[in-house]
Amino acid sequence: MHKRSTRLMGSLIGNNIGHFLAGLLGTVMAVIIEFITPILLAETLDYYLQGKPSRMPGFINAWVDGWGGPAFMKQNLWIVGLALVGLNIISGLFSFMKSRALSVAGENVALTLRERLYNHIQHLPFAYHVKAETGDLVQRCTSDVETVRRFLSMQLMQVVNALMMIAFALVYLFRENARITWISMIMIPGLFAFAYLFFKWVIKNFRLSDEAEGKMSAVLQENLTGVRVVRAFGQQEYEVEKFEEVNADYRKKTFKLCNLLAVYWATSDMMSMTQSMITLLACVYFAVRGDITVGTMIIFTSYIWKLLFPIRQLGRILSDAGKSSVALERIDEILREKEEPEEPNALRPSLKGDIVFDHVTFGYEENRDVLRDMSFVIPAGKTVAILGATGSGKSSMVHLIQRLFEVRQGEIRIGGIPISQIDRQYLRSRVGLVLQEPFLYSKTLRENVAIAHRDASEEEIDRAVTDAAAKEFILDSDKGYDTLVGERGVTLSGGQKQRVAIARTLMKENDILIFDDSLSAVDTETDAAIRSALKKHSRNTTTIIISHRIVTLSQADLILVVEDGRVTEQGTHQQLIHSGGLYSKIFNIQTALEEEFKEENTGYATV
Amino acid sequence: MQQFEERDYTQRFSWSLWKKILRYAKEYHKDLFKLIVVMGVTAGCDVLFPLMTSYAIDHFIPTETHAAETGNLPLFIVIYVALLAIQVAAIFYFLYLGGKVEVGACYTIRKQAFRKLQELPFSYYDRMPVGYLMSRMTSDTQRLSETIGWSLLDLAWGAVMIVAASVAMFLNNVRLTLMVLLVVPPLALISWWFQQRILKSYRAVRKTNSKITGAFNEGIMGAKTTKTLVLEDKNMEEFTVLTRDMKKSSVRAASLSAMYLPIVVSLGSLATAWALWKGGQQVGLPGGMTLGVFQLFVNYTMQFFEPIRNIANVFAEMQSAQAAAERVLTLLETEPDIVDTPEVEAVFGNSFSPKKENWPAIRGDVEFCHVDFQYKEGEKVLTDFNLHVRAGETVALVGPTGAGKSTVVNLVCRFYEPTAGEIKIDGVNYKERSQLWLQSSLGYVLQEPRLFSGTIRDNIRYARLDASDEEIENAARMVNAESFILKMEKGYDTDVGEGGSRLSTGEKQLISFARAILADPRIFVLDEATSSVDTQTEQMIQHAIQKVLSGRTSFIIAHRLSTIRTADRILVIDDGKIKEMGTHQELLRKKGAYYNLYTNQFQEDMAMEILGKAE
Repeated sequence: MHKRSTRLMGSLIGNNIGHFLAGLLGTVMAVIIEFITPILLAETLDYYLQGKPSRMPGFINAWVDGWGGPAFMKQNLWIVGLALVGLNIISGLFSFMKSRALSVAGENVALTLRERLYNHIQHLPFAYHVKAETGDLVQRCTSDVETVRRFLSMQLMQVVNALMMIAFALVYLFRENARITWISMIMIPGLFAFAYLFFKWVIKNFRLSDEAEGKMSAVLQENLTGVRVVRAFGQQEYEVEKFEEVNADYRKKTFKLCNLLAVYWATSDMMSMTQSMITLLACVYFAVRGDITVGTMIIFTSYIWKLLFPIRQLGRILSDAGKSSVALERIDEILREKEEPEEPNALRPSLKGDIVFDHVTFGYEENRDVLRDMSFVIPAGKTVAILGATGSGKSSMVHLIQRLFEVRQGEIRIGGIPISQIDRQYLRSRVGLVLQEPFLYSKTLRENVAIAHRDASEEEIDRAVTDAAAKEFILDSDKGYDTLVGERGVTLSGGQKQRVAIARTLMKENDILIFDDSLSAVDTETDAAIRSALKKHSRNTTTIIISHRIVTLSQADLILVVEDGRVTEQGTHQQLIHSGGLYSKIFNIQTALEEEFKEENTGYATV
Repeated sequence: MQQFEERDYTQRFSWSLWKKILRYAKEYHKDLFKLIVVMGVTAGCDVLFPLMTSYAIDHFIPTETHAAETGNLPLFIVIYVALLAIQVAAIFYFLYLGGKVEVGACYTIRKQAFRKLQELPFSYYDRMPVGYLMSRMTSDTQRLSETIGWSLLDLAWGAVMIVAASVAMFLNNVRLTLMVLLVVPPLALISWWFQQRILKSYRAVRKTNSKITGAFNEGIMGAKTTKTLVLEDKNMEEFTVLTRDMKKSSVRAASLSAMYLPIVVSLGSLATAWALWKGGQQVGLPGGMTLGVFQLFVNYTMQFFEPIRNIANVFAEMQSAQAAAERVLTLLETEPDIVDTPEVEAVFGNSFSPKKENWPAIRGDVEFCHVDFQYKEGEKVLTDFNLHVRAGETVALVGPTGAGKSTVVNLVCRFYEPTAGEIKIDGVNYKERSQLWLQSSLGYVLQEPRLFSGTIRDNIRYARLDASDEEIENAARMVNAESFILKMEKGYDTDVGEGGSRLSTGEKQLISFARAILADPRIFVLDEATSSVDTQTEQMIQHAIQKVLSGRTSFIIAHRLSTIRTADRILVIDDGKIKEMGTHQELLRKKGAYYNLYTNQFQEDMAMEILGKAE
């Protein structure tokens, strides 16, 4: 096991040491008491009923003698019965204590891991999430945690239990009769080795069956999501055959696994039963010779099963014990990733000043700059539009303002203060950034809108939704504001998602508002409506809009044209339309449209 | 959305439901019967072994009153070995049969459900999210088959075990047996009470667990949004509620099961105590008990709780698996609402065995006559819709989202049927032909092209499974897809990944065009993509469309100006009605809805083109 993950396991156990010790105590006590029961029975058969030598310690025999010896006991066997019930109750209490303590310990470990993982993942830097693979991460956070939990709360003690059983059996049985004990252990190494090796060997069949199931699900999933294509080409018959193939393959692999397990259980049962028969016959043999009593026979025939069962389990547990260390290692890999650093002395200044990019250079990878030596000023309270081709770096520019990434060279200042000195959380809470492909949570529309401001009043929600031009479609939805979003609810179109995202950003107080091409999926009229609402309600907010729509761009106080990581043009609409640059090209589309109409008309005229 | 809220607990145990399910697993009835018999044999052996021990004690071990009589020892050994062999064989056989029934029932139910899914109309898929259908087909079916395979087995074992042990005891001592059996009813009651609660509490655990999985999923997928809105702490708070809840319900469930076993064991030991007391008194008395029989009673009573626990567990398990059974049964019994009438099926065949020889050729003349349509009761999408598209004509449908464009197209494909009025293909109401007749003459290219995992060649071939490689390559060449296909590592045999994930949207689109061409459809339906692809791909797609459309009746939900402009007829659809209809020039001159749409789109397109080029 990796050193770090060993330490992690140690700390997980250490924090719950009380529960684990209680579990251990419960296990040991339950084992001990379980061993007393057959002795009680043997004592009854030998001493009380037949007057043969006693097995009990002296103080118990002193009591028995005080009451009138074995003859009295024979007449009053209810005492033994009562003792038996009493022992069962005590053992029950211990075993309850054990299970409960271990389950609490296991759950505590799971809870700690889950919360640490969730919190950690939330605090990993933006860059990590750009590359993250959701499926794999979720698997680590769920099934790997479950594997660790199961190991700590069940398997660990099962191992202890088996070892205890063996130890007690050996110590006691050798005292009872060494020869029969040796005979009773003939099959045990074989049984253990068989269980261990068998599971090592069939483990690949478990995997094959899992894989076949995965394939079947994949075909099913493709069929269900591609149902339109299937119908459009009339391929139902082919699909049925395709499914038949994977379905039958899964049946075959799983059936094979079942058969292997049947072989395993039947064989290990055969070994166990043979062992118990050998023990019985050995007992009979020695009893006939008069070497042992019925009591000894009872003790051996009942102990032998108590021994065999945990040994079968032990082989199985040990064969997949490796899984939990792999799981822990996978969990630790996530925890090893560096979080965004805490900055205790960070500032929380007013953000109502100018935004200055001062020779900013930035890139996601070494040697590949996305922004190169970029300098410009966004005046406080103004609306700035950014125009640029895909991949020109315009999204990176606005992400930097929220400190989602750190600049490589140069500095960004707001109101004269470098943002590297401003508290991240504070900065992000005052800068509203609407992403191009926003994520909505699977909650109701109302909860989504109010997500950053949970105690919002109806009026506040209503206003934000109206400003974001989202009210109409929300009220049109099945349950209005209470409509669920996502897998279990409605799927919204790209434009609708963008509008909900805008509304939820407007719910908080923003000194700076950034639209990262987040009006791209709404039509031009809605775009205009949203912008005019913003003008009315966020007059003093510095607003940055990334867009390719000429109307949007032309109405801005300042236009920045970004090409290949540099600001190539900046100015007002009037200043830029004649420059011959990218902006004027976009503007000239208008003219091209008129040309186009002329052409159409002449074309029509000649027909 | 209410109708698919998960119902996961039905109060009443229903035999009739299980009988219905069993009918779907007909071919395994025989195995099931064998399973029960073999299980009885196993239980019988389990009862016989203590009897053997008891015999050994009474006969082979010398006591004060009698000496050992070892004459029967060889026979004893033979019988013991034989019993052992029978027991091992029975164990192997019942495990084998149980596995066979479980796996087989699972297989056959899935098979039938899958077939059903191929027949169900789109309206069903609209109601049922894919996730729900998946869980019906996978985990629900699994659960159900496990119950069928193993529950009956446990039941048979438990029942035979109790009965046989009772008989063995009765034969030896009636009074003591009656006394000892008194413990069975309370054991059964307590077991039933506990098993139900244990299962219920584990179900609560599973529910919370799936919520936690959901939360992780969302926490990871939404991490970027979470950061921009500074929601880390609030999310963590919500998550903490879940984890605490999980701990609470897990500990509760574990405690319940930790409590159950000691209680039944202690209760069962009352019977042992009784046997010990009353039996022990009679040992050695004339007409009393032998040591062996005494030992037998003690032995049986110590094992009593086991079969009872099994039986209680089976009933609780079946009750909880019942919800899964119900869901699967609902799927199996859903009747599709678009069906070919028996008369139609008799002539043209069904979707799985078509009678192509009887199919008339399609020309492609499509007519909507007074068509009404609604997806949901009371929300009419189309009212008295009339449209006649002649064979070979290209019609572009434009208009805002939700106006009814897709509805028109869905009706043409008979993915839905009109609620009133009729749709005629070549002058005949299409309900008088089979679904497959129409659908195998359709070419359908979706807004978001959907490919299946497999190679590029497999994907193109999907349209016509008997197409030769040459035909496939021709189709690809026609839509200009060959150049990029040949650039890939294995050309046509390149794996496209799950759902085509290794290709770009534009590439997927080209392949889906090639696929449509290969089908050589008479009626072509194109739901054009709005997503912006780069200019070069855009032009390639444009060419592809032109080729695909020529000579076929085509319906296009159009966004690209080039497609719209070249259509024979443009329909502006709003609110389920045709608002404007005509050629591009006619409509432009009207300066109405089309004019506005067109100018907006023109600017968008041009801007995208310039910015695309600037890249």
